[in-house]
Amino acid sequence: MIRFLKRINVYELVRPVGQMMAFSLGSAAFMSAIAISLALALDDTAVGVSLMDKYNVSLFTYTMLNLPQVIIDGLTIGFVYAAIALGYTMVYGVLEFINFAHSEIFAVGAFVGVELLIALDGMGILAGASLGMAYAYLILAILLGMIAAGGLAVAVERVAYRPLRGMSRLVPLISAIGVSFLLQDIIRLVESLTSGQFNRIMPTFGNFDSRIIFGKIAMGSSNLTLGISVKSIIVIVSAVLMLVGLNYLVNATRVGKAMRAVAQDRPTASLMGINVNRIISLTFLVGGLLGGAAGVLYALKFTRIDPFVGFFPGLKAFTAAVLGGIGNMTGAVLGGIVLGMLETFAGSYMGVFTMGAAGSEYKDIFAFSILILVLIFRPQGLMGKNVVQKA
Amino acid sequence: MSTRRFSVFSMMVAASISLALCGSVGAADKSIKIATQSPLSGDQSVIGVDIKRGAELALEQLGGPLVDMGLKIELAPFDDQANPDAGVANAKRIVSDPAILAVVGHYNSGVQIPSSEVYHTSGLVNVSPANTNPKVTTRGYLEVNRIVGRDDVQGVVGADFAASKGVKSVFVVHDKTAYGQGIAEFFKQKATENGMKVLGFEGTEEKANFDALLSPVVAGNPDLVYFGGMAFQAAVLFKQARERGYEGIFLSDDGFDSSDAAKIGGDTLISGGGTFYSTVSGPASVYAGTAKFIKDFEAKYNATPQPFAAQAYDSMAISLKAIEDAAKAANNAVPTRAAVAKAVRDLKEFKGITGTFTFNKIGDPEKALYFVIQVVSKDPAKWSENKVVQTLEIAPPQ
Repeated sequence: MIRFLKRINVYELVRPVGQMMAFSLGSAAFMSAIAISLALALDDTAVGVSLMDKYNVSLFTYTMLNLPQVIIDGLTIGFVYAAIALGYTMVYGVLEFINFAHSEIFAVGAFVGVELLIALDGMGILAGASLGMAYAYLILAILLGMIAAGGLAVAVERVAYRPLRGMSRLVPLISAIGVSFLLQDIIRLVESLTSGQFNRIMPTFGNFDSRIIFGKIAMGSSNLTLGISVKSIIVIVSAVLMLVGLNYLVNATRVGKAMRAVAQDRPTASLMGINVNRIISLTFLVGGLLGGAAGVLYALKFTRIDPFVGFFPGLKAFTAAVLGGIGNMTGAVLGGIVLGMLETFAGSYMGVFTMGAAGSEYKDIFAFSILILVLIFRPQGLMGKNVVQKA
Repeated sequence: MSTRRFSVFSMMVAASISLALCGSVGAADKSIKIATQSPLSGDQSVIGVDIKRGAELALEQLGGPLVDMGLKIELAPFDDQANPDAGVANAKRIVSDPAILAVVGHYNSGVQIPSSEVYHTSGLVNVSPANTNPKVTTRGYLEVNRIVGRDDVQGVVGADFAASKGVKSVFVVHDKTAYGQGIAEFFKQKATENGMKVLGFEGTEEKANFDALLSPVVAGNPDLVYFGGMAFQAAVLFKQARERGYEGIFLSDDGFDSSDAAKIGGDTLISGGGTFYSTVSGPASVYAGTAKFIKDFEAKYNATPQPFAAQAYDSMAISLKAIEDAAKAANNAVPTRAAVAKAVRDLKEFKGITGTFTFNKIGDPEKALYFVIQVVSKDPAKWSENKVVQTLEIAPPQ
């Protein structure tokens, strides 16, 4: 036992948790600073006056009181993005191409998990389940979603990417886009044949919908309830566990070493006795597992899924991966958290800061403007290294 | 051009010529088709399929007089996917089939408006069972008619209802479509006139993550949250708002009228101040004439009719009657499209199952019914039992 414990690399378990905390706190502090300084600047202008008229508080107070909730919301979606972004970034790391089918792998994970829960609900098992069993079922759904998505990712690699390896980089990219459409329509087909509708709705069970209330803050004429729903906590905790696990796998195990070697230099890794094909399959498997789990968590948090559910989270996770530096795992986590924060801050405050002229409908513009800005000023991403293009 | 390509090309030409020949042969005998256009797949198919079924049932039950005149009638259902592009593409196929003399259809105003431009250019009559955007009729096309009310009235009905509930502040959200935004703007305008404080007016295409949007909503804690748009978005928004501790009233429009809303929202629609929606189409059971329709519908399709199925039945009935009138005027021959379009406008006091219809000069019914309905159960199967809390008969604005 002690020998086993000794072999655990504690540093690699603590380091990613520390990183994630630093990223979360850092981006929260940075975004808050921007929001607060904007609020101070606008408080005496027409913006502040119109807010005073509607909510009976000054813009500064409004911004401050809403901050904790906005940060919690931002973190939740940020971790979902991070979990998906890792799938993009890992594949990019070893193969140097963007696996655009990853968003559908995410969707398949969501569908498998939700279908399982719907089936259980239909049998009447969920309604009477005790709290412990409810969590067990949720974990089962997440695991099943992971297995389905992981298996699919490996299959997609084997069928659609491996035969194209070594061709011009555009070829597998086009293939990936094709696979993405194909999978979307397969989900559509399967769902319409089996359930007759594309909208699947996460059954309500357990205590996931309830909220832990931290307290009420009086704001102007109304009260602000500060709280976090149980499912947001589940999303954040599971994402953190997965990210730590992945970090350990890549940085502290032999397989991880092989992965890094393949990413660094495929022919040389092969000469050192690493089975490159197996490692690439494994990379897709791990990316798919993460994507599938993220899919089920996404469905848990946001209730409703359809065959196109992967498109936007996928695009944003891709943005997050590029933002953090594609190919860099730490970067993907940072990118996900920053993007989630950015989007939620923009969505929550823009309406108030612009007197309703540009509300939360424009939050996606932020996500993609950031992508463009990063690509212009720092093409390698926030944490990426400026490497010479591999031949 | 290589030989092979050329041969494929010539085969296509040959095929299209033979298709065209078939078409003209079809028109030569006395066959008539009536098209339906509604979303048969996708998010809104629950309603769309029943629009088709309502029309189908009417065709079976009321087609007798035309058959007696020696005409053959057929239904040509099209799937507009709730998508303007698909709707317009279908419309082009519809107008190019000379046997089609009328279109019953569209569930979404955003699809009906561009599609009816195509019907208008070829003089094909369109009777709409569900489209409520003012622009559907205000363009003044002879061919375009509807048997339901209008958003500019529906928004007003919603705002007046809110006032009657003693609402002082509202937050308005819409889905950025012609329908949802339109209705939300009319609501906002009337709410302001009624002395309510509009805390915010936001559009969103988001379907899942309303966290950011909800921050200003929950912070303002308005008495009422209004959503202009469809159930699959509204119910998710309402559910998430409740989860964040909002306890006020939810109000939406006839797009909310789908049992999917209960499936998504569940308990959250009943708790707090409750959930209401205004609609131009009450549950089939509130209309005097629909008892037999509901029975026949359930017997044929083994399901309760969704909203607008009864209106689709009436739209089909109106189309059939107009074709019959026009055919009589043409000595029992297949009438022209122009004659059918005119015959629809000429109908006086047509007795349908959801009301008695006379169209005004732009194609609105002279009086339309509006309802405000309260959600009473979290069980989707009990959606049709929702309680009507207000019924109003209002003439369209001129």
